[in-house]
Amino acid sequence: MKSEKLVFFRPNQEYHKKMHWAQEGISAGFPSPADDFKELRISIDQEVVGNEEATFYARVSGESMQGAGLDDGDLLVIDRSLEPVDNKIVVCFIDGEFTVKRLKVTKDEVLLIPENPKYQSIKVTEENELIIWGVVTYVVKKL
Amino acid sequence: MFVLVDCNNFYASCERIFQPQWEGKPVVILSNNDGCVIARSNEAKALNIPMGAPAFKYKQQFKQQGVKVFSSNYPLYGDMSNRVMTILEKYTPNLEIYSIDEAFLYFTGFDLFNLEREGQRMRKQVHKWTGIPVSVGIAPTKALAKIANKIAKKFMKRTQGVYAIDTEEKRIKALRWTKIGDVWGVGRKHKIRLEAIGVCNALQFAQLPDAWVRKHMSVLGLRLKKDLSGVSSIKLEEIIPVKKGIATTRSFEGTITQFSDLEERISTFATSCAEKMRKQRSSCNALLVFVRSDPHKKGGFSYRNSCVLPLPYATNSSILLSKYAVMGLQKIFKKGVHYKKAGVMIMGLIPTEKRQLSIFQNNNNKHLTLMQSVDRIHKRFGSHHIKLANQDLNRTWKMKQEHLSQRFTTELNEIITIK
Repeated sequence: MKSEKLVFFRPNQEYHKKMHWAQEGISAGFPSPADDFKELRISIDQEVVGNEEATFYARVSGESMQGAGLDDGDLLVIDRSLEPVDNKIVVCFIDGEFTVKRLKVTKDEVLLIPENPKYQSIKVTEENELIIWGVVTYVVKKL
Repeated sequence: MFVLVDCNNFYASCERIFQPQWEGKPVVILSNNDGCVIARSNEAKALNIPMGAPAFKYKQQFKQQGVKVFSSNYPLYGDMSNRVMTILEKYTPNLEIYSIDEAFLYFTGFDLFNLEREGQRMRKQVHKWTGIPVSVGIAPTKALAKIANKIAKKFMKRTQGVYAIDTEEKRIKALRWTKIGDVWGVGRKHKIRLEAIGVCNALQFAQLPDAWVRKHMSVLGLRLKKDLSGVSSIKLEEIIPVKKGIATTRSFEGTITQFSDLEERISTFATSCAEKMRKQRSSCNALLVFVRSDPHKKGGFSYRNSCVLPLPYATNSSILLSKYAVMGLQKIFKKGVHYKKAGVMIMGLIPTEKRQLSIFQNNNNKHLTLMQSVDRIHKRFGSHHIKLANQDLNRTWKMKQEHLSQRFTTELNEIITIK
């Protein structure tokens, strides 16, 4: 793999401008203004949580979405504020159970599609009780 | 105009978000130690399960009627409340949190047509983002907004959960519909006195002569009357919500940065909550502390956090609540933040006489006498600087929580799993 494909995240430059380093001639005993900023590290939260009030987490169980990179035990970041449109990976509650699948909306049908050939698509009919609970925005995976 | 946003069956709704199979089915929530019923879904209310029903007595009935029982999960309710309030705060800087599940929003310069639409928008947004259903009441005064909210809730289908009392005709109709005992702030004693002189609904009350009201119901009664007539007169703090949570929250004039300053505020808020509870003879099972920086200030370091502390047993002791509240503050306080708002809310309110006693807790009678002495000392010296030297707050009691749901939003090991 070529190394230039890696992107390194840096602290927000805006915060940098305001930073004062204690070494730059602040006398001992004087509280360092930098103290106020010391907790502003890179935050994964800031990156993956687009909307704090609408964000929930869930743990994947099973392999039905392996093809989309969702493995057993992975952590899902779910944003309820997003519209569940065609082709999004959604968490839904169908017939008494939570499930994560890819949403397929066509003119005449709604399908919940797994990404693993061992599993079958679910065609949503009027008899099903379906709640689309939220849209998956990130998956956190331990390597 | 005042907009009252009230979460429908808040505790039950919180549980249903993560267990949607209980949607439309009877749900009850029990107090600490699974003692008695502190919250019910509409379906449970329809089965005539009363508030405060002792769990052991109703065990059989719950089973027979398929009532889903939950132990109280205060960390979950606290987090969901925080989400709802933060969303509402985006609509106006003038938000007053009235209890864990209701808030008044104050709007100026909106015409009514827009406000009703705004109410629908709030309702949809809160529901979509958090899963919590809310009702919205809109009116020129708080007492009327309270009634408008009740109408929105009662006639959900027709109102779509939003109702505005925006004409004189609607006001009169609404007041006539409201029984005198259901009027915000009219207690049992006043209800009996008013009914004795033939005042059975809010409209008749609003038409009483000022002199009569002042004589029999004090200044507060008069303000209530004015409020119902459409002249805003009631301050939020004056009427204590019964049965639900109580909250004491403030926006600071400037901002607070020091822990000690904030500690003083939080302690005062907790004491004030405890006093309100003692006044209405109730005790609480948990408390929530929250802090936030100014959400409407551009730039700067924005921070908000809250924390829920379940209490080992139901209490209304100022000292205990204040201690717990400060412990909560220690958990969430962050240096360098300019705090604009903070508050203490109490949850799981039960009548003091229905409190569950357990052999491991403080002797309640002793505690009661102590609180009475403390109240007397407070009266004389006017503050709350008494500390209990022998109270070990780090001790934890093992609670009976047989029906506890997971802390879905505050504990990574307890989030939902999805196939």
